[in-house]
Amino acid sequence: MDNKREHRSGHGPRSKRPIEKPKNFKAVLKRFLHFSRPYLPAIIAALLLSAVGAVMTIIGPDKLRQIAKLIEEGVTASLKCGGQIGIDLAAVGKVCLNLAFLYGFGALCSYAQGFIMATVTQRLSFTMRDMISGKINRLPLKYFDKVSYGDVLSRVTNDVDTIGQTLNMSIGQLTSAFALFFGSLIMMLYTNVILTLVAVLSTILSFALMAIIMARSQKYFVRQQKQLGSINGHIEEIYSGLNIVRAYNGEEQSEKVFSEINSKLFESAWKSQFISGIMMPLMGFVGNFGYAAVCIAGAMLVMDGRMGFDVIIAFMIYIRLFTQPLGQLAQSLTGLQSTAAAAERVFEFLDEEELSPEEQGAVTSHKSQGRVEFRDVCFGYTPEKQVIRNFSALATTGQKIAIVGPTGSGKTTIVNLLMRFYEPDSGEILIHGIPSRKMTRSCVRDQFCMVLQDAWLFEGSIRENIIYSMEGITDEQVESACRAVGLHHYIRTLPNGYDTILGDNAGVSAGQRQLITIARAIIENAPLLILDEATSSVDTRTELQIQRSMEKLTEGRTSFIIAHRLSTIKSADLILVMRDGEIIERGNHSELLREGGFYAELYNSQFDEPSA
Amino acid sequence: MLKLLKHMSPKEWLMALISTAFVAVNVYLELRLPDFMSEITTTIMTEGSRMSDIWRSGGKMLLCAGGSIAASIIVGYFAARIAAAFSMRLRFTVFSKVQSFSLGEINKFSTPSLITRSTNDINQVQMLIAMGLQVMIKAPIMAVWAVLKISGKGYEWTMATGGFILFLLLLITGISLLIIPRFKRIQEMTDSINRVTRENLTGLRVVRAYNAEGYQQRKFDLANRELTSLHLFTSRTTALLFPCMSLVMNGLTLSVYWIGATLIEGAGMADKLVLFSNMVVFSQYAMQVVISFVMLTMIFIMIPRVLVSAKRINEVLETPASVTDGSDFYISTSGLGEVEFKNVSFKYPNAEDYVIRNISFKAHQGETVAFIGSTGSGKSTIINLIPRFYDVSEGQVMVDGIDVRSYPLKQLREKLGYIPQRSVLFTGSVASNVAYGDSGRGESSLEDIKRAAYIAQASDFVETLPEGYDAPISQGGTNVSGGQKQRLSIARAICREPEIFIFDDSFSALDFKTDKNLRKAIKSELSGTTCLIVAQRIGTVRDADRIIVLEEGNLVGSGRHEELMQDCEVYREIALSQLSEEELANG
Repeated sequence: MDNKREHRSGHGPRSKRPIEKPKNFKAVLKRFLHFSRPYLPAIIAALLLSAVGAVMTIIGPDKLRQIAKLIEEGVTASLKCGGQIGIDLAAVGKVCLNLAFLYGFGALCSYAQGFIMATVTQRLSFTMRDMISGKINRLPLKYFDKVSYGDVLSRVTNDVDTIGQTLNMSIGQLTSAFALFFGSLIMMLYTNVILTLVAVLSTILSFALMAIIMARSQKYFVRQQKQLGSINGHIEEIYSGLNIVRAYNGEEQSEKVFSEINSKLFESAWKSQFISGIMMPLMGFVGNFGYAAVCIAGAMLVMDGRMGFDVIIAFMIYIRLFTQPLGQLAQSLTGLQSTAAAAERVFEFLDEEELSPEEQGAVTSHKSQGRVEFRDVCFGYTPEKQVIRNFSALATTGQKIAIVGPTGSGKTTIVNLLMRFYEPDSGEILIHGIPSRKMTRSCVRDQFCMVLQDAWLFEGSIRENIIYSMEGITDEQVESACRAVGLHHYIRTLPNGYDTILGDNAGVSAGQRQLITIARAIIENAPLLILDEATSSVDTRTELQIQRSMEKLTEGRTSFIIAHRLSTIKSADLILVMRDGEIIERGNHSELLREGGFYAELYNSQFDEPSA
Repeated sequence: MLKLLKHMSPKEWLMALISTAFVAVNVYLELRLPDFMSEITTTIMTEGSRMSDIWRSGGKMLLCAGGSIAASIIVGYFAARIAAAFSMRLRFTVFSKVQSFSLGEINKFSTPSLITRSTNDINQVQMLIAMGLQVMIKAPIMAVWAVLKISGKGYEWTMATGGFILFLLLLITGISLLIIPRFKRIQEMTDSINRVTRENLTGLRVVRAYNAEGYQQRKFDLANRELTSLHLFTSRTTALLFPCMSLVMNGLTLSVYWIGATLIEGAGMADKLVLFSNMVVFSQYAMQVVISFVMLTMIFIMIPRVLVSAKRINEVLETPASVTDGSDFYISTSGLGEVEFKNVSFKYPNAEDYVIRNISFKAHQGETVAFIGSTGSGKSTIINLIPRFYDVSEGQVMVDGIDVRSYPLKQLREKLGYIPQRSVLFTGSVASNVAYGDSGRGESSLEDIKRAAYIAQASDFVETLPEGYDAPISQGGTNVSGGQKQRLSIARAICREPEIFIFDDSFSALDFKTDKNLRKAIKSELSGTTCLIVAQRIGTVRDADRIIVLEEGNLVGSGRHEELMQDCEVYREIALSQLSEEELANG
């Protein structure tokens, strides 16, 4: 029962979700149909096949009835005439062969249906994943300010998986259940009206009973989900803060909380487990109840001589065929609901507003010498709060612009604007005379090398990480870049040299990771440089090495440095002081000290006399 | 799994036993059903039966069906109670076991893995127990009983049934063999899709700066393609299952009738009627047998995965906590706060090399001792030995003159105020976080909390919150900034009025100014408290009474800032990398 919600990712304790409902079923359905347009003929074929398969299953009992009738006639006949006439075995054989063929054909149809639907859903899932992944790179960075990575990740994997699994099951099931339900109803009516009434009535009766139970039990399922969620949350919290729990003797406290949630969970868990456990037997009872009702009513009719025994046999199967799809219908409808809820989230993501299109006639390639000018730039992450107001500045070739400020003061804003991760609200940034707005984004980004604080590497070899997306890079270039940052010798000592795979714990220190990203920037060899100096938790020697490499990188390049080192700050041509997201002071070191503002305070607080 | 079952209480075993009895009742009644069915058949077919006979048989049948459902409900009740109670206890056992783990054991498993073991794995086991008590017990009883009932009625029919079941088993085994290994591959590919996407997301800026969108997309495509082809194969294969199963069921009924026709024709006069009703009944029993086999195979497919879960839970339960209470209880010699390391060495179990070697130092009451050194030099390891997150490999760590291993853990930790590098807050309020834990002094008053927040430089921002000290903290403290989190976690340490503060690089998240004010406040307000500080910044440590310089696990320098600048090469190098020569001289 829980299989489809099985958690898959190794550590995602929140994977057990209650059945989710889409916000707008109709809209999603429409969208989905549109989305799966190329597959519509295949889907329709599958639906037809599943209906045909169901029809085969329905015709079955009628043929069985014929067999039973032939046998019954034979038996009665032989009883009457003392064994001279027997069963017409040839006729029986014919019907049997017929039926075997029907069953075989039906199975074939339903497999063909399953095959088509499996193919369609997997192809759809493929396209969806592909589109989401592509979409990530077309969204403005602004989008990721409000949405967590986990959320996007779960759309790529969980949601698409849900669609893949439920859709496959539901659609086939839905049609065959419908076909079975109505088909068996029609066949029953065709065979015997009175018995049909008995069958339908008894089924309705017992399903009403089940519906009541289900409706009353829903709350336990919801409660169980909630409590599972809160116990998982508690576990996650305590385990990840276990040091603190232990150091503060908080074990008893957390055990108390845990026990509380745990016993609440027990209550709802056994109740919902109980209900889902008896659903199967209940379904069986519905079948049996109908069965008995049909037998009794049938027997009466037979006694009255209004029909033969063979009808009862047919009905015994019909009643099963009739009750079975009801359960399936309910199942596939909830299945479709989770599909829709998941699809809604996927579409929502795909519909997010993308980056504005490039301006017409935008410059696609441009070789600048490193002159950057800010002209009356205004910018705010939200319309309410402007963080950069009428900012103008000029950086000429080879100059250093240092951006300083306490943690979280928005030092990356300038970087975001330079790289066109965000667009200024007004004003413009000129790169060697051309407004960056009038260049394609990729052209702007080609002008920059960038080294960020958290050394972003991916799982792949060192070589791949250094070359990254650049083309036509020779091994010599890679090696000389590594020599420049002092990594060459170290890499050579690794078991696979440049082909060593960088995993999570490949024995590459934080500092070395940083050096690799610097090597990457050296190879890119762009005229402008963006550098984040922070090298926290790096050992002294590597730190010096990084510092030297960074200095080498700034040579001959116009650089924008998020500065942490005084030596950098002091030698900067322009210092931008940020606080609470705004540029509050600008100038060079001595100017700023003279001003005696925030910068001076910051500077002095670090380097004043040891306190008493 | 068997080992886990040892955790079941006698009451639960008894309940399981009773439940098994009811399963038997249930099976018995379910198998009686076709008997009544055949009774009806015979009644109808026999000349001269009266309607009342049919009513009686029908009534019996309904009674039987009712009894069978009642039995299953009872079984369901027991199964649910046992499974839920068992998993509740197991969950608690695992939880408190994990709480007793030291860092060594935690690192062995990794935190995410421990979380999965305490949640998902236990849910798996719960599901299997609930299912097991119902289906796993029922299916074999049903299969055997039904086979016994059938076998007397004509071996041709039995053979046919056997043939179909064999076919079904072969089919299910075949399909499982084909797809189960691929499921593992699917898991890997899903992980790799996840990884590539996560990479792209965490490196958004880099990806765009290098115009590498296409590169990322190609990488994603590769994984996506493989995942899709695996999925295609498995779902196309599983699509076989359902049509084949209905083919078996339908085919079996058909063959029973076909064979029946021949048998009846060949039988003697008197047997004809018996055979006829037997045939109808047989087709019912045969169906039950097939269904039980299908259920059994489903369970067998489920079992391996649960076994893995059970094994993972057992691994946790069987790992002994390496850090346990000391045997003695010491009468609180309050206000001492003396820490001494005597020739302490530490290495991880099974590791070849020591993390720290032969460290000795002493911190007197009220002194500030700072540790500095590059990453991996062992500074965090040293202070982790004091609250016994790890135990020493050689040597002794003494607090107030007594080996830390002799204290009951609770008493030892009451003396300590530990602040980790990565601050941890718990769901609750600002006040509940500051007052967290058991300080051995009873609950902290709001005054204590406010004072602690004040010293920790946290009162400013807390008082700007609309709800002040009652402001909610969400899980992981995501609704306060990094610096605020760190200040609250320092307040938490202050609030318990320890003898010794242990700052594990707790100042890096603070800006220079707060860092400084905080140290000043601690110095003036809590002058009797010993401070052990691990730090990266020279500015943070330069005022310490003693600075201990570490390199590669060895103590390479010890003394005040000025002394170390004179005669410790490593210290000077660290200092120079942060400040220019001139500033150091001026400072």
